[in-house]
Amino acid sequence: MLSFPLAAQTACDDPLGCVEVAADDPIVIGAMLVVSGAINYLGEDTLGGVELALLARDYTLLDREIELALEDSLCTAEGGQVAAQRLAADPTVAGAIGTNCSSAAQGAIPIISESGMVMIAPSNTSPSLTNADIAAGGSHQPGYFRTSQNGLIEGMRLAEFALLALQAETLATVHDGDPYTSGLAAAVASTFAEMGGAVVFEGAVNKGDTDMSSILTEIAARQPDVIYVPLFEPESNFFAAQMQYIVGLEDTIIIGGAASFSSSFPENTGDAAVGIFVSGPLVSGDAYEILLEQWYEEYGGDPPSGYHAHAYDATNLLLDALETSAVVNGDGSITIGRQAIRDAIAATEDYPGLTGRLTCREDSPFAGDCSTGMALAVFEITEAEVYDDNWPPPIAWNFAVDTMD
Amino acid sequence: MFKWKTDEFSWVDFTIDVLRVLIVLAVVVGAWNTLSSGRITLAQWVNLFAAGLSQGSIYALIALGYTLVYGILLMINFAHGEVFMAGAFSTVFLAEALNRTGFLNDQPLLAILLMIMFAGLVSMTVAILLERVAYRPLRGSPRLVPLITAIGASFFLQYAFRGLYGSGFKAYPQVQILQGAISIGGINIPIVQIFVFCSALLLMLCLYWLVERTRIGKAMRAVSENKEVARLMGIDIDFVIMFTFGVGGFLAGSAGVINGVFRPQGVNFFMGFIPGIKAFTAAVLGGIGNIPGAMLGGLFLGVIEAIGPNLVLAGLGIPGANQLKDVIAFTMLVLVLIFRPQGILGERLSEKKA
Repeated sequence: MLSFPLAAQTACDDPLGCVEVAADDPIVIGAMLVVSGAINYLGEDTLGGVELALLARDYTLLDREIELALEDSLCTAEGGQVAAQRLAADPTVAGAIGTNCSSAAQGAIPIISESGMVMIAPSNTSPSLTNADIAAGGSHQPGYFRTSQNGLIEGMRLAEFALLALQAETLATVHDGDPYTSGLAAAVASTFAEMGGAVVFEGAVNKGDTDMSSILTEIAARQPDVIYVPLFEPESNFFAAQMQYIVGLEDTIIIGGAASFSSSFPENTGDAAVGIFVSGPLVSGDAYEILLEQWYEEYGGDPPSGYHAHAYDATNLLLDALETSAVVNGDGSITIGRQAIRDAIAATEDYPGLTGRLTCREDSPFAGDCSTGMALAVFEITEAEVYDDNWPPPIAWNFAVDTMD
Repeated sequence: MFKWKTDEFSWVDFTIDVLRVLIVLAVVVGAWNTLSSGRITLAQWVNLFAAGLSQGSIYALIALGYTLVYGILLMINFAHGEVFMAGAFSTVFLAEALNRTGFLNDQPLLAILLMIMFAGLVSMTVAILLERVAYRPLRGSPRLVPLITAIGASFFLQYAFRGLYGSGFKAYPQVQILQGAISIGGINIPIVQIFVFCSALLLMLCLYWLVERTRIGKAMRAVSENKEVARLMGIDIDFVIMFTFGVGGFLAGSAGVINGVFRPQGVNFFMGFIPGIKAFTAAVLGGIGNIPGAMLGGLFLGVIEAIGPNLVLAGLGIPGANQLKDVIAFTMLVLVLIFRPQGILGERLSEKKA
């Protein structure tokens, strides 16, 4: 005969149910990160941020051990869906960090939201993820938060960079149909046009394309000053490497997205990467320097990408929310209301994170956005990144300092 | 020609004739619209053509493996794309090592030759093992059996190499001597594209010499004509078939390195799938079983793929024309199968050998 922990169930009056942690059990948090595939460096980077945040608390919360359940969300909607299903199927998982890719988030959000859990994404930027207007293409659902910048903000900043810093008058954008790349391309194009620039080409490539000569020739026919290409590797490598052979694009400047903000981008692109601008996260401050030292002690070297600090902040937001909403019962068990966790994260205001002072918003199209939007810069790739393994590249435009508004 | 007489009228023939006219019309209208708009300059067309020729050379080298095996066994080796991947993926580590030591840029031609030999040997070994383990036991089975086995072998190889080298992307290092362009008639042609075309052409000529001028080549042709008679003449059929797989594998491995020099990025366990299917298309386009046909089919497919989206599709106002490059390739396959099943240079093998 089945038996149920009646005492624990009756203690829960949360509308979304509760996470019940028995007296000697650990508190489990999930992570849906890209562990395998072409951009596994992003998963490695953010997993490091999560682990260092847990290490800072000695893997302990409310006198319990914290256990991390890692799932590979890949960088696809299907991957996110599978990772979310695995976590949602485990009633002990209190909340999750992830996903890395916006496409994976689109697969994960409905499942996480339906299960009453929360997910805090450290590197999703697609505007649609925090837009609750389904008719307008939004996919936000309750329980989704992120510490990475919204693509709308990033797009606005990059359009500003193209117009003001590069003095560009014409722009072309290329995406690959992914919510991350298409969201950013649309955001840059619309802001660029609103600010008086001319968008002369908006196109797309297929994931897996290796020959970019056709789209590059079409772009060359429009003679843009700047091409905004927020593609992932290896498509971004092919695009940049083949552009050098296209007549008519000799003076055109490429701006890449944060998906190219990795030391592997100049390494795999070669000479053609020199002079390319890439946007990426920029975090500074004493606390961040300490994190980098801890990273070196734990893993050696430097973080492979730029979202480890966002992951560190996301983990702290989740752990603090668990701490706030947990009720320690008389028998030593812990009850954590799922709605209470959501409410605690949503109530975050002026939180002193590594990436800035975080405030979580509830207004669409920024529902669930906790980022300041200012921990962002444009970097210019030089020969040092291509030939001497230097990383990160020098800053060409720091939005926190150079921004015009 | 239309068949209007009632007693000869066939709806199938009529539909095919109409389709033929519509395709020609679409190509002419699209090309006219594009060319008359003057959007794309002559130099850009030449660039596209040269890039297509280079890509086509790589298709041709892989297609030769399909056509050699088909010619001798009447079998489509769908794992041949993975044979290409095996050489390309394995050699990227050698290329990195040669680059680290400086040998790649100190002795570029020697280094590339070394890489081609290494990739060729890896792919040759994989192809021979495939033949020995997966296909030889099935010889004499219905033709569907080795075909399904080939598809299974293709997946097996993909995931075996994923396990061996990981799922991440690698890139070939740049060969400095091949960077830059040469001006021909005022139009810059990238040196790397000239190198790719010339080296592929050289390999194709070597194969032609091997098949037409050597004793083993004569044995290959004899086995291709009639295995039983060849056996009666004292030819070791098993060895010749294995040798044919080995030659096809060597060419695929070489194509892997040439591809790495041409487009260095995107080396991973899945990289052989699309080029494999394109090369199969090229082999059918040229006439499967026909060696010059595979060469011609590869070059033709590469050029059509490179020029078609900008020339025809963009001219017809189709949005995202560049994303339909693969559609052009596979539409070519369908059209060839409808209008000229024997391919450009091929014989009607279904009648002759099936």
